[in-house]
Amino acid sequence: MPQPPIHLVAALDGAGWHPAAWREPAARPTELLTAGYWTDLAQEAERGLLDAVTIEDAFALQSDDPFVADDRTDQVRGRLDAVLVASRVAPTTRHLGFLPTAVVTHTEPFHLSKAIATLDYVSSGRAGVRVQVAARPDVAAHLGRRELPPVDRDAVATASVVVELFDEAADWVEVVRRLWDSWEDDAEIRDAASGRFVDVDKLHYVDFAGRHFSVRGPSITPRPPQGQPLVAALGHAEVPWRLIGRSADLGFVTPVDAGDAARLVAAVRTEQAAAGRGEETVHVFGDLLVVLDDDASAAADRLARLDDVGGTPLRSDARVFTGTPAQLADLLLEWQRAGLTGFRLRPAVLPDDLEQITRGLVPELQRRGAFRSAYEAATLRGLLGLPRPADRYATTPANA
Amino acid sequence: MPKQIHLAAHFPGVNNTTVWSDPASGSHIEFDSFHEFAQIAERGRFDFLFLAEGLRLREQNDRIYDLDVVGRPDTFTVLAALAAVTERIGLTGTINSTFNEPYEVARQFASLDHLSDGRAAWNVVTSWDAFTGENFRRGGFLAQDDRYDRARSFLQTAQELFDSWRGDEVVADKESGTFLADPHPGAFAHRDRFFDIAGQFDVPRSPQGRPVVFQAGDSDEGRDFAAASADVIFSRHGTLEAGQAFYADVKGRLPRFGRTRDELLIMPATTFALGDTEAEAAELAQQVRLAQVSPATAIKFLEQLWNRDLSDHDPDGPLPSVDPVVGENTIARGRASVRMHRDPVATANEWRAKAEAEHLTTRELIVEVTGRQNFVGTPATVAAAVDEFVQRDAADGFVLVPHITPGGLAPFVEKVVPLLQERGVFRTDYEGTTLRDHLGLPLRDRDHGTRTLAG
Repeated sequence: MPQPPIHLVAALDGAGWHPAAWREPAARPTELLTAGYWTDLAQEAERGLLDAVTIEDAFALQSDDPFVADDRTDQVRGRLDAVLVASRVAPTTRHLGFLPTAVVTHTEPFHLSKAIATLDYVSSGRAGVRVQVAARPDVAAHLGRRELPPVDRDAVATASVVVELFDEAADWVEVVRRLWDSWEDDAEIRDAASGRFVDVDKLHYVDFAGRHFSVRGPSITPRPPQGQPLVAALGHAEVPWRLIGRSADLGFVTPVDAGDAARLVAAVRTEQAAAGRGEETVHVFGDLLVVLDDDASAAADRLARLDDVGGTPLRSDARVFTGTPAQLADLLLEWQRAGLTGFRLRPAVLPDDLEQITRGLVPELQRRGAFRSAYEAATLRGLLGLPRPADRYATTPANA
Repeated sequence: MPKQIHLAAHFPGVNNTTVWSDPASGSHIEFDSFHEFAQIAERGRFDFLFLAEGLRLREQNDRIYDLDVVGRPDTFTVLAALAAVTERIGLTGTINSTFNEPYEVARQFASLDHLSDGRAAWNVVTSWDAFTGENFRRGGFLAQDDRYDRARSFLQTAQELFDSWRGDEVVADKESGTFLADPHPGAFAHRDRFFDIAGQFDVPRSPQGRPVVFQAGDSDEGRDFAAASADVIFSRHGTLEAGQAFYADVKGRLPRFGRTRDELLIMPATTFALGDTEAEAAELAQQVRLAQVSPATAIKFLEQLWNRDLSDHDPDGPLPSVDPVVGENTIARGRASVRMHRDPVATANEWRAKAEAEHLTTRELIVEVTGRQNFVGTPATVAAAVDEFVQRDAADGFVLVPHITPGGLAPFVEKVVPLLQERGVFRTDYEGTTLRDHLGLPLRDRDHGTRTLAG
C-alpha cells in the first residue's frame, strides 16, 4: 500500500539554525527585524507548498548555552515577538499555516487564546501555536512574577520543577482550548427584532480552576474559523511527550534514525492513549536540521565552511542532515515508514536551505508521489487532514 | 500659518455608539472589516487608527450584556496584520497595564514598531476590577488609589526597556564576524513596589525608539499622569468652552514636568453626522441617536445609574420615582462608565429636573444625557467647526468615532477632509513615515538621557 503524502513544516529562526548562517552571502543579517525579511521567507515556503512554518521565540536573547545567557558578539542576537511576526506576514500569503511560538510559562492563556484566534481570523483559518516551557530562572526574572530554581543540567528531563512547568503548560492549553470554544459558532445573531446582538445561551464560562491559575471566561473573541487552531509542541523526553499526548495536535520529536523514530512515535502514542485521546489524530513529525546542496560533497563542504566560520562544529538537539534533496527524500520516506507523518525541517542557512527544500526536496518528493502538487485545503487543519471539531459546549450542532 | 489639525479614526467599539442593526453594518471581527476601515482612514491621510480593548464581556443583571456589539479580536494581532495592508497610517492600540507585565508588553510594542516601520502607539489604561481579573492568572483587584501609581510604574518600566538598546548595537558585519558591538545589550534593572525585574531586553531598538504613548484619564491624577508621560491625551469634552478649559488646564501642567506645550497633543473623541443641508444632518443625527438608544438600551442605561433592576420600567414614561442604590455598582459589571456616576442620587435629581422641564420620556432623556461630542451639519459647517475647535485651542485634532463598521468613516474622508485641506489646516499627503512624524512629536534627546535614536 502506498504511503500517504508527507507533511512538511519549515522552522524559521533568525538567519537560520547554524550559528554562522548570518555570514553567508545570501543572508540578510541587518534585516532580521523587518517585515520584508519574514514576508520573503513565508512566501518562499508557500511557493514550495509547505504545510506551515514555525517561528521561534523566547523571553530572552538567544544564547549558545541553553541554560544561561551568554555574552557572545559573533552570533545573531535580538528578535521579534513570534505571534506578531506571523500576524504581520499572514495577510501576504494565502495557503501557508503559521505556528508561532508562545512561551506558556510566563503568559496569560486568556491573552494568547484571543491572539491565536485573531491570527486565525487574519489568516482565514491558518493559525496554530507552538507552546514552549521556559524553565530558566534568569528568564523568570525578566517577568518578575515568579522565581524559578536553577535547573540541573544533568537531570533536566526529570527535574521536579520541569515536570511541574509541563503540567502547568497542559493546564494552559486546556484553558486556551476552552476559550476558543467559549463562543459557539452561531452565537452572534444580530437579531434586530429583539435588539440582541448575541445569544447569551451560546456564550460559555470556561470556569477553569487549576493549581496555577483559574480563568472564568468567556473569551472576548468569537470562535475562530478553524474552531480549534492547531496546538504543537516539541519534545525530547517523556515529560514533554506527555504534554504532546495530552494537549497537542502536532508533536515534534528528534529521532536519530528510523528505529529511534519508531520508538519516539510509540512513546507519544503511549502518552496519547494514557490521556484518553487514542482515537484522535495526533501528528508526530520528525525534526531535522538540514544542510542541502546539489551534491553531497558540496553540502558537506558547506557545513565544514560554516563550522569553520563559526569556530566550533554545529551542535543540535535534532539530527543534522547533510546531503542532497534526493538523499533527504530517501531518509524522510524511510522515517515515514517508521510512523512519522511529517517533518519539521530547520534550514541551516536562510534563505539557502529553505530554497533547497522548496525547490529541491519538494519537487523530488512530488516525483515520488509523496508530496502535494497543489494546496488541497483552505485551512491548516484541512492541510493536516484534521476535521473542524465540534464545540465542546454546544448542545445542538451549529448550522454549517 | 494656522495650526495643523490631527485626525484619527476609532474602529467602532463595543458600546451603543456602534449601530449594528444598520443594514450597512459589517463584521467587527473579520479582518476584511479592519482592512477596509484602515484603507479609508489612510486614504484620508489620517494620523492614526485606534483600537480599544476590553478584557471581559460586560454583564448587567448577572447576564452577559447582549444589546451592543459583543466581542472583538486581539488588539496587537490585528494591528500587526494591518501593518501588512497599510503603508503610513499610525497603529494605536489600548493595552491594559494591570493584566500584563512590562517585559511582555514592551517586546510586543517594540515588535509592532519594527514590523510597521515606526507606526506603533500605545494607549495605556489601567483596570480596576476583580471582575475582569477573573480572566487572568494575575487576577485580582487593584486598589483605586494604586491605579495610577502602578500605571506610572508600568509605563516607566516599559520606557526603560525600550531605552535599554541604544540603537547602535547591531552591526552584523559579515566580514569581521561581529554581529553585536556590545556583548551585553539591553541590560535593565527596575525595582519598586510594583515591579522587580532585571536582565536583558531581547528586542533591539525600534524605528520610533519608543512607541507614541496615549492616555485617556480625565481626573486630576489622570491629567497629571498624561502631562508627565503621554504624547497624546484622549478627552471627551463636548463644548468649545469645556474643551478650551481642559486644553488650558492640561497644557498648563506641562512646564511642571519639564515639557513644552507642543509636546502633548489633545485629541477629543467625537462622532459626526453629515447632510447636504443642516436640516438633513440634524435629522440623520436624531435617527442615529434613536438607533443607539433603543427602548431596551434606555432601560439598561437607567439601571446603570440607579444600580437596581428596572426591567419593568416603561421607557416611554417618566423617570423612576425611587432613588438610586448608593454604593458599589452591582448591576453593571465590566463597564468603566458607571464609575463616572459619583453621586447617583444627585445625578438622578438632575435628570428628573431636566426631564420635567423639557417634557422628556425616559428614553428621550437618556438620548439627551448620553449624547457624545458631536459634529452635525453640512461638510462645510463641520469642517469650519472642526477647524474652529483647533484654532481656538479646544483641541489639537479629533478622534472620529463612526457609528457604522467599517464604512462609516468614508463620508467624512470624502467630504470633510478635502475642505480641511483647502483651508490649509490638514495635510494633503503624508510627509514622514513614522507616527511621530505625523504627530510632530520627535523623540527628544532628554527623553532618553544619553541615548541616541535609531533609524
